[in-house]
Amino acid sequence: MSFELETAANRESLRRVAIDPVSRVEGHGKVTLLLDEAGHVREARLHIVEFRGFEKFIQGRPYWEVPVMVQRLCGICPVSHHLAAAKALDPVVGAVTITPTAEKIRRLMHYGQVLQSHALHFFHLSSPDLLFGFESPVQQRNIVGVAGAYPEVARQGVLLRKFGQEVIRITAGKRVHGTGAIPGGVNKSLSAAERDELLKDADQIVLWSRDAVHLARRLHETNGSLYDEFGLFRSHLFSIVRADGALDLYDGKLRLRDARGQIVLDHLPCADYDRHITEEVKPWSYMKFPFITELGAARGWYKVGPLARVQNCDFIPSPLAELERQAFVAHGEGEPVHAPLAYHWARMIEMLHAAEVIRALLDDPDLLSEDRLAEGPRGREGVGIIEAPRGTLIHHYRVGDDDLVSYCNLIVSTTHNNQAMNEAVRQVARRYLDGRQLTEGLLNHIEVAIRAFDPCLSCATHALGKMPLAVELIDADGSLVDSATSGG
Amino acid sequence: MTKQFLLDGQPVPFDDGQTILEAARKAGHYIPSLCWHKDFPPHGSCKLCVVKAAGRHVSACATPAKEGWEVESNTPEINGERRGLLQMLFVEGNHFCPSCEKSGNCELQALAYEYEVLTPRFRHFFPDRPVDASHPDVLLDFNRCIFCELCVRASREIDGKSVFALTGRGIGKHLVVNAESGRLGDTDFAATDAAAHICPVGVILPKGTGFAVPIGKRSFDITTIRSKTLKESS
Repeated sequence: MSFELETAANRESLRRVAIDPVSRVEGHGKVTLLLDEAGHVREARLHIVEFRGFEKFIQGRPYWEVPVMVQRLCGICPVSHHLAAAKALDPVVGAVTITPTAEKIRRLMHYGQVLQSHALHFFHLSSPDLLFGFESPVQQRNIVGVAGAYPEVARQGVLLRKFGQEVIRITAGKRVHGTGAIPGGVNKSLSAAERDELLKDADQIVLWSRDAVHLARRLHETNGSLYDEFGLFRSHLFSIVRADGALDLYDGKLRLRDARGQIVLDHLPCADYDRHITEEVKPWSYMKFPFITELGAARGWYKVGPLARVQNCDFIPSPLAELERQAFVAHGEGEPVHAPLAYHWARMIEMLHAAEVIRALLDDPDLLSEDRLAEGPRGREGVGIIEAPRGTLIHHYRVGDDDLVSYCNLIVSTTHNNQAMNEAVRQVARRYLDGRQLTEGLLNHIEVAIRAFDPCLSCATHALGKMPLAVELIDADGSLVDSATSGG
Repeated sequence: MTKQFLLDGQPVPFDDGQTILEAARKAGHYIPSLCWHKDFPPHGSCKLCVVKAAGRHVSACATPAKEGWEVESNTPEINGERRGLLQMLFVEGNHFCPSCEKSGNCELQALAYEYEVLTPRFRHFFPDRPVDASHPDVLLDFNRCIFCELCVRASREIDGKSVFALTGRGIGKHLVVNAESGRLGDTDFAATDAAAHICPVGVILPKGTGFAVPIGKRSFDITTIRSKTLKESS
């Protein structure tokens, strides 16, 4: 199906404007706008132009290699893929429940990941837009510009990220692409010295994270007409939540709220995800468009990530972040907050929660235990779902009797947000670009809307053989000589 | 009086019948190798141990030391040739260290670090070598085979089974399993065989182990291949 402004009626007569590449996001994507003679927007699309194919080439590899191999999807949040794969493969080695030590070390690794990724996104990628303005001089609109004008903000951003990276190094062996989680548990626990190294800075990290929440919150409080309205659209909200309704980024069950905040689906077992999510393929993007099967493609699309999670849970199980969540909810005055720029505020609330979880876990003696691995009767299939920094991440594998992976399905956070990001692009195009002379600053408005979702485009493009491919042979005069299509 | 030769200008004592490689390592001088193993006769195929003795290139593992020889090994020229050989081994197979469970324990990878293989140099062959997962306890990932024949020799000479062989020539050379089906699961190979534990790279792997050893505790996290080899030779 096609949404408003997704496909123009008479494309040939329209002027094409491209933002290629979209900057300060992970991976490569582009935006195309088709404008008529009066400058009115007739079509706006966020295209994902790279192709990865992990779902295919993981097939035929031994299952124990998977958590290390698939994390190479990404250099920003590899831990999310690492853990989602390990969780999916726990039942394959019969570890229906992993040991407390293994779960806590995995949680420590994951919350370290969330902390560093959220800090990276807010401070390095987005703060230039937020602190200087969307149309500020492009030469200044980067982290170096922030370091010059707001040195303490930049310093804290860098050190917050560094702390998260250190948590990952200590739990996984390396800051990027470690090996900590293995099917059935983890391959190392913490030494007392490693724990103390993290404890040294943990309280400061909590305080800086709270400052970052307040920085994001002030943007909405002081400039609500922009921050609460920019790119606004309403959609369902989707995430996992803990059994008692708490925010839990490592484990839980699936929950869907509608745009008005009513729970539509709840307590869905992760293993049943494929009964509730359908992925639609469109010919103009390598990224699929998922929707809730029961609701259909037109109504069933949704948002994932911090904005969805902070509002999908009933409470946050750490005191400082819960206070901030309450302030966030109060800002909505009884309705869910759907403003894309509120992603930043919600993201910082999650960063604070991650800092608090890390601080609390470091007091837990289980981190030092060597009871790291569980096993049991061999399984053949597993689904691992985790709330990655950018949203719900689904890994699903089947393993043959010969221990080789026979099936792999990945639905990556950014994929869930595909329709939502396209909708934000169209809203901004309508509101700010329609009928106007386009400038770099105006086009940056589009990028600001995309950036709010913190998309990781390289993570999200894996389906092989499903993309409709059209090849057209055009002669020197521009006439179509021949065409061929496949897939779709 | 002990006989000796000069290795890079340093005197190296040796006993009659000792090779240049054995004598050098025993005296604390590192000469690299991949196909040499103390339990087998010299194989001379990997060519990493090639040195210049009396003006000629010879395999140090297969050449008996001679009184008064002047041998060059640790020179920019010879080390450059070793780097080239390693780079050729990397492109001939499919060596994806980032997701290989032998990473940190792999002699090919350790030698690449030792000889500073920092960039790709040759075009990758990307050979099509499917894995053999038919055995219940051991996986064969042929992608990483460097044709050292250590498994061939161990299976034949220690295990008495002759499970492995090399077949084909030149660019078509590859490791095969001695069964009508060509599958390891159809042989009498066992995870306790010497051949199951001798592969210097990541071809013959115990199933289910994967990344059980954390980064920082793998062989070459703790020591270099140079130090490890010299320690084992002393």
